[in-house]
Amino acid sequence: MTNQYLKQIVNKNYQYGFVTAIESDTFAPGLSEEVIHHISKLKNEPEFMLQWRLRAYQYWLTLSPPRWAHVNFPNIDYQNIIYYSAPRVKKDGPASLEEVDPKLLETYKKLGIPLHEQGRLAGVAVDAVFDSVSVATTFKAKLAEAGVIFCSFSEAVQEYPALVEKYLGTVVPYRDNFFAALNSAVFSDGSFVYIPKGVRCPMELSTYFRINAANTGQFERTLIIADADSHVSYLEGCTAPMRDENQLHAAVVELVALENAEIKYSTVQNWYPGDEEGRGGIYNFVTKRGACRGKHAKISWTQIETGSAITWKYPSVILQGDDSIGEFYSVALTNHHQQADTGTKMIHIGKNTRSTIISKGISAGFGQNTYRGLVRVLPQALYARNYTQCESLLLSATCGAHTFPYIEVKNPTSQIEHEAYTSKIGADQLFYCRQRGLSIEDAISMIVNGFCKRVFNELPMEFAVEAQKLLEVSLEGSVG
Amino acid sequence: MLIIKNLHASIRDEKQKTKKILCGIDLHVKSGEVHAIMGPNGSGKSTLANILAGQKEYEVTQGEAWLDGKNLMDLEPESRAAAGLFLAFQYPVEIPGVNNMYFLKAAVNSVRKHRQLPPLDAMDFLTLIKNKMKEMEMDEKFLSRAVNEGFSGGEKKCNEILQMLMLEPKLAILDETDSGLDIDALQRVAKGVNSLRDFKRSIVVVTHYQRLLNYIVPDVVHVMMKGKIIKSGGKELALELEEKGYGWLGSTE
Repeated sequence: MTNQYLKQIVNKNYQYGFVTAIESDTFAPGLSEEVIHHISKLKNEPEFMLQWRLRAYQYWLTLSPPRWAHVNFPNIDYQNIIYYSAPRVKKDGPASLEEVDPKLLETYKKLGIPLHEQGRLAGVAVDAVFDSVSVATTFKAKLAEAGVIFCSFSEAVQEYPALVEKYLGTVVPYRDNFFAALNSAVFSDGSFVYIPKGVRCPMELSTYFRINAANTGQFERTLIIADADSHVSYLEGCTAPMRDENQLHAAVVELVALENAEIKYSTVQNWYPGDEEGRGGIYNFVTKRGACRGKHAKISWTQIETGSAITWKYPSVILQGDDSIGEFYSVALTNHHQQADTGTKMIHIGKNTRSTIISKGISAGFGQNTYRGLVRVLPQALYARNYTQCESLLLSATCGAHTFPYIEVKNPTSQIEHEAYTSKIGADQLFYCRQRGLSIEDAISMIVNGFCKRVFNELPMEFAVEAQKLLEVSLEGSVG
Repeated sequence: MLIIKNLHASIRDEKQKTKKILCGIDLHVKSGEVHAIMGPNGSGKSTLANILAGQKEYEVTQGEAWLDGKNLMDLEPESRAAAGLFLAFQYPVEIPGVNNMYFLKAAVNSVRKHRQLPPLDAMDFLTLIKNKMKEMEMDEKFLSRAVNEGFSGGEKKCNEILQMLMLEPKLAILDETDSGLDIDALQRVAKGVNSLRDFKRSIVVVTHYQRLLNYIVPDVVHVMMKGKIIKSGGKELALELEEKGYGWLGSTE
């Protein structure tokens, strides 16, 4: 009976799997210096950007793809990927929403993302990235009143080159890893945020990433700078069409929090996960890192990872400033043949720095879920504290949960706690709920939501409900 | 109300060996009656309670069980609940992160839906549950805690009875609800159960001890041993058992 229900749900479609038929300017597949020159030229970039891209590319050529993650996938042919695809526009780009192609507006409407400023999420400013470019950013005028800069990365390079040059690559240098180097060489757009001193950003900021074109990689870059005493909450969402081929998403996100600044970065990741046989889906290989540069700075990552064929990411915090705080709250769900190797790195450098890691992994079907986390306390990071709690919930006999914690403490005054456990969703819990009249699917969703509650509580309210629903759709009937 | 005919059940252990637990139970509980089932450890009392509620660990090999003309064995656990069967668990499970009130509201409205009643809105539900909690002398803090998480043994049992009062079952089965209760909690539990007693409902109390039956006075007492009901009688049978133990019954078998 459970299996029958499972099948029914498995055959349910990924509701964001449609393709928008739109004319695009698309490069031929392949990567070379010429392609990088071409991207840089299309974007009318200053010389420093081009040179930086080329250095990243040269460095990338010396690397080979990393293999240490607990994931399996065939070798990626990097010459077979399209590195740039953009919806065709008549001139330099739409100056206002009225000029955005109605097909694009329709696409975002279908995705439930409001690009009109009087929408359901009227309190949220959205930057919409479609394949390689940003197509619209809402509420720019209102944000500008507060002095907040929120625009596409391309626009930031034109309008605020000094800020970009000062911070780009300072948190995630192109030498960081294979995918960061690749991203640095070819990234085409993304979001840019600058919150000036003492400003509390008046609304939630959000970027919505959509991959549409086939065989195209999405390489975007997000840079958020919170100047002293400022505060910002930022949310990222993503979807892609259903295709039998895998597509690569290799993004870089850099956060900089100066003295007393706070950045809250939330992700609801729902890239196409592939079908029930494991065909297709996005390879989500992402480098996300924040630096607490000043005293009392705080960076908090919250992620709900339900999509992608493979998720490989470790949103991390470098705690440089004394008394700075890093947080990582994560729910990662793997169903069918999805694989996730995710976690965080907390690097304690300043004194009295504190970090909290709450990781919840849910595995169903043949899903493989790995938590990998590093807590490193340097000798000068006196009285540092970390608390880690890492829990896994197994919903089938064929899935797996794995935990790889790395802890390095170089001074005697620091305090590190690590708690971990794995449990199978209890037959007795299910029976208890059903005896009280709840259906199996209600019971599972209730138990799983209870399991994730601590993380959901960290999401901005508008999105906590969406995350909960998303989890239900991804999970319904998956107890085997 | 409840009619059980020649019910046999077994369980498979880890080595896939079959063990018989129920060996032909016959039981007839009429509307408005309270029956007590007593017996030594391992006699199959709790198994019977769990099988009636739809626990799938056990295999029913023979016999039938009817609730108000519905064949229980044809129904999923949630449909049995909707049909009016409630089991107060011997060991209520914890559901971390799930708010007690949220859980109860979902349960009540799910059962109401089956009974083709409109769902209770938040205000009506709150008024109702606060009244019931007053009856049970329970602290309102219960509502904001996670289901059974960190509850003491007594609190868990009171919570079961609170759920029962909210769900208003036709047939309530209490599986050793008295175990682990101090005398005050025992009285509160009994008060809750008695408040539900009326001519339309039936209650089956599974217990080891006569103590609870001082407060919830049964119409019929059954003694179960080795998967069978070997003796039935009035409430005085419980007193006799208290005095003599089960040994004298076993030897007559």
